[in-house]
Amino acid sequence: MRRYLAILSCFIFWAILVYGVPDLPAIGDPEAPANKHVAPRYIERSYEESGVPNIVTAILTNYRGYDTLGETIVIFTAGISVMLLLRRREK
Amino acid sequence: MKAAPVSNDIILRTGASIMVPVILLWGFYVLVHGAIGPGGGFQAGVILAAGFILYTTAFGLKEAKKILSVKLLMVIASTGLFIYTGVGVLAIIFGGNFLEYGVIPIGETPAEASKYGIEMVEIGIGLTVMAIMLSIFYDIVLKEKGG
Repeated sequence: MRRYLAILSCFIFWAILVYGVPDLPAIGDPEAPANKHVAPRYIERSYEESGVPNIVTAILTNYRGYDTLGETIVIFTAGISVMLLLRRREK
Repeated sequence: MKAAPVSNDIILRTGASIMVPVILLWGFYVLVHGAIGPGGGFQAGVILAAGFILYTTAFGLKEAKKILSVKLLMVIASTGLFIYTGVGVLAIIFGGNFLEYGVIPIGETPAEASKYGIEMVEIGIGLTVMAIMLSIFYDIVLKEKGG
């Protein structure tokens, strides 16, 4: 019984998501909200503000530098966790 | 009977001895070109780790640990994070916000200083990612071989 309930709830959630798809903006639409907020600033001024021609790198390490620091710490923590869980003591 | 620790497959070993230097060189290329082309610290770290993993599968864990021991890997991983936060704190020392590369007095314009700051940060990310990927790989191999 619980399995059918899980399948039914998955199906309902899928239907809700599919119902929302037609309202999404088209891919690459210049009028989409995602392309109107900070993206023009990045495209127009990232070279003079950060000195690197690669916009992705400029966003990743300059505008979102604090976020990338967190990502690096996440990887570091993952490595330490695997080390604590799996490593055997060398004799 | 225990499996031999070193692979005796001559194709694998010959292929690896040709491929590993090229992979490592490519990894360094991606690392230092992260600011002007596709690439960056995360990708370069994974490529470098892949080169060392190929080396380990071909020549065995013992040989690989002679180059990069487990202790050295943790030192490298910590150094990477230290470089990243160090650049951030350096910006505070020179009177800016955390990770505000423009205030660091290298280069002529703030944009140029920012370029060098970004390069330093990318190198830090690359070191950490490479060391952690290899550390996880070593841990899994050690677990399976029991030593």
